[in-house]
Amino acid sequence: MAEYETHDYEVLVIGAGGAGLRAAIEASANQARVGVVTKSLLGKAHTVMAEGGIAAALSNVDERDNWRVHFADTMRGGQYLNNWRMAELHAKEAPDRVRELEAWGALFDRTKDGRILQRNFGGHRYPRLAHVGDRTGLEMIRTLQDYGIHAGMEVHMECTVITLLKDDGRIAGAFGYDRERGRFLLFRAKAVVLATGGIGRAYKITSNSWEYTGDGHALAYEAGASLMDMEFVQFHPTGMIWPPSVRGILVTEGVRGEGGVLKNSDGRRFMFDDIPENYRAQTADNEEEGWRYTQGDRDARRPPELLTRDHVARCILREVREGRGSPHGGVFLDIAWIKNRLPNGAEHIKRKLPSMYHQFKQLADIDITQEPMEIGPTTHYMMGGVRVDADSQMSDVPGLFAAGECGAGLHGANRLGGNSLSDLLVFGKRAGEYAARFAKNNGAASVDPQQIDAAAQRALEPFNRTGESPFQVQQDLQELMQNLAGIVRREEEMQHALIELRRLEERANRVAVAGNREYNGGWHTALDLRNLITVSEIITRAGIERKESRGAHFREDFPSKNDAVGRCNIIVRRDVSGEMQVIREPLAEMPAELKQIIEEMK
Amino acid sequence: MSNETGASTATFRIWRGNSSGGAFHDYTTEISEGMVVLDAVHRIQAEQANDLAVRWNCKAGKCGSCSAEINGNPRLMCMTRLNALPLTDPVTIEPMKAFPLVKDLVTDVSWNFRVKPQIKKFTPRLPDASDGTWRMAQADVDRVQEFRKCIECFLCQDVCHVLREHRLFEYFIGPRFFVNTAALDMHPLDTANRTADLRQNQGVGYCNITKCCTNVCPEGIKITDNAIIPLKERVVDQYFDPLRKLFRIFR
Ligand SMILES: Cc1cc2nc3c(=O)[nH]c(=O)nc-3n(C[C@H](O)[C@H](O)[C@H](O)COP(=O)(O)OP(=O)(O)OC[C@H]3O[C@@H](n4cnc5c(N)ncnc54)[C@H](O)[C@@H]3O)c2cc1C
Ligand code: SF4
Ligand code: SF4
Ligand code: FES
Repeated sequence: MAEYETHDYEVLVIGAGGAGLRAAIEASANQARVGVVTKSLLGKAHTVMAEGGIAAALSNVDERDNWRVHFADTMRGGQYLNNWRMAELHAKEAPDRVRELEAWGALFDRTKDGRILQRNFGGHRYPRLAHVGDRTGLEMIRTLQDYGIHAGMEVHMECTVITLLKDDGRIAGAFGYDRERGRFLLFRAKAVVLATGGIGRAYKITSNSWEYTGDGHALAYEAGASLMDMEFVQFHPTGMIWPPSVRGILVTEGVRGEGGVLKNSDGRRFMFDDIPENYRAQTADNEEEGWRYTQGDRDARRPPELLTRDHVARCILREVREGRGSPHGGVFLDIAWIKNRLPNGAEHIKRKLPSMYHQFKQLADIDITQEPMEIGPTTHYMMGGVRVDADSQMSDVPGLFAAGECGAGLHGANRLGGNSLSDLLVFGKRAGEYAARFAKNNGAASVDPQQIDAAAQRALEPFNRTGESPFQVQQDLQELMQNLAGIVRREEEMQHALIELRRLEERANRVAVAGNREYNGGWHTALDLRNLITVSEIITRAGIERKESRGAHFREDFPSKNDAVGRCNIIVRRDVSGEMQVIREPLAEMPAELKQIIEEMK
Repeated sequence: MSNETGASTATFRIWRGNSSGGAFHDYTTEISEGMVVLDAVHRIQAEQANDLAVRWNCKAGKCGSCSAEINGNPRLMCMTRLNALPLTDPVTIEPMKAFPLVKDLVTDVSWNFRVKPQIKKFTPRLPDASDGTWRMAQADVDRVQEFRKCIECFLCQDVCHVLREHRLFEYFIGPRFFVNTAALDMHPLDTANRTADLRQNQGVGYCNITKCCTNVCPEGIKITDNAIIPLKERVVDQYFDPLRKLFRIFR
């Protein structure tokens, strides 16, 4: 084997977002020697962008809330495809994880009696999201970062893992390169936690950063782990659409939580026109009641703008398709109207939604206290990911754990807003704890020099070719997925996408990069491309297999639910011959007491 | 400059090079409505200079990765609209100057990550309630939120002459970390005393209140007035207040 800079850890955490940092803190607290690898600088991971809040049934604002209601809301939102055990653990443990953040220095907005304030969000029955204005993610990542740097972990910033290493079936470490100089790095580890986030860069219109190239999903797949629920890509209903260069940037759901309403070009609040059966009892049927809900009236039901994201996104698409859209192909989101209801409305908006005010003012020359925003759906979140054991977060590969957005199970067919940040904390902690335990109970593994040299050689190939630019292939891929495996899907289109993906893969295998290995954007993109293509294929194959519409997965050719496939998760993994295998796996039977909770909360 | 289809172009003069040297290169590219500088840099990277080094993450002004000097002004590339710049002349884009260059627009900001652990960590008082939680008034929380908005873009570090010109990296932690210290010191629950550190090894005395840091902060934090001056006052109170001094001698 060639010489590589080598690091030895008991637990290696890949990713320094909320999930990775929480895992690393926990593994360190369990006396493991911990290394953290991250593609960007510390504190810049996607988690920093989260706005609305962290869902936890603290019941500070409404004492009727408790873990059982949160559990039922999460399961309903996920259309019952969720792993019930994860939903249970999440609902029970989230409050402690939030309080722990406060003990580590996070400062949340307060109730009148000085406790953590909670806000309303789509799909949550009671005000449940702990928040700091609209920059909750920054508060969370900074708190974890600042606590973590005193917790004993070693951090490798701007390093990208390109392959996981195995020893006779179990995990043995990871291999990657540092972005600054382009040198290869070998990490030997007894346990590895994947916390690499999502896949949003597979689509053209997305709220996600460049890092979201599905690395963890692809690495796990290649290492033989199973992926689950990959057909469920969440399209957030409200992304910016104009001007073109900001298309996709998120407009927080908090705008609707504060009273913002959706209107079409006729000025109609079209969300009242289609309220799904299973939400009818909890949804306001008139504007007055909806407004009272946003202002904290506990007897009012929520306005239809706060229905689940999949539904709102599709309603918007319908308005646009039927010719009632806004000038640039979206609809209107109006918060300025609340000035008619609130004295000092403009000030109120600025105080409650400071970053949104700033974002529109600076990027679109729009004053949201005066005029409506133009918005449309944007690729936002991957519900699917590495299939893990609910309690330990371990995948099918012994020693390989996954937490946060790259893991699967908690959200089922659709994630509720705020349930991701709490997911990171609850399951990040669990992954860290169980990874440390695994490392203590298992001896050192050995790495395979041949596998490593082959990975290094493959990574360098783009320098030795002449050919197309990786950026072009990436753009074509994003276009393809947006058009053929987006919000509304059809069999022929997805089959066509598979054929096109083959072509893109061939092109990706021939891309060339100029220059040397130092901080080379083209090279980084060439290496990320492989992962993007792998996850795109997985999304598409899972999407073809689910011949029904459920949650975020909408099939025009199968517009309703189908119980046969509806009682299954779709699993994708690599079979012995290296082929992609798609399997339906029946849901695990839910214990009677959890079933009863769901019945009671209907 | 517009052509017939309504599309127009602009020229960007981008620094290309690494620690062993470099030069400005001019790139002309198509621009469209609403574009920010980072969009133009990306377009140039995709179409003309694949190996261009540029650091970014969120493209929404939230992560503080894309700091650079645009026409000489330290700014976030993702929050600088092209229509706010004169496009008749080339737009110059350079890396931050206070930090060592890695390549093109990317600098080595790791010094900042080494400084932070030297600041005494958050040390809360005992919980107020039996369930282990605290009670805080919104007004007390609001007072520190300004400092907690910091996105660690390090633009303030870049312009501070103590670092940029005098290069006192070993003796001075810079405005970002005074903001950090203020956030901890004014945290309603914190009990640690950071004043001795501020004076002795963090060099708050080197700051001569030029306010250059405040002027570039993309988060609008009043770094000098609200963070540094109060910290300086603490140092004065603790070390130079005659009564206190006496008290220290007798102890
Ligand atoms: C604009 C926006 C707003 C949001 N608002 C909310 C909200 O209000 N509430 C909520 O609950 N959720 C929200 N979400 C979702 C939530 O922010 C994310 O799902 C969550 O932060 C993901 O965290 P994570 O720890 O899994 O991954 P991330 O925070 O994305 O971290 C991933 C880490 O993995 C690293 N990494 C990736 N690949 C590699 C590799 N190959 N090698 C090494 N390192 C690698 C990255 O560098 C990064 O450090 C929002 C999302 C967006 C985009
Ligand atoms: S005010 Fe002080 S910290 Fe800020 S730039 Fe001037 S000298 Fe530096
Ligand atoms: S204080 Fe302002 S300028 Fe300095 S790092 Fe923080 S956000 Fe950037
Ligand atoms: S890319 Fe995040 S601040 Fe500019």
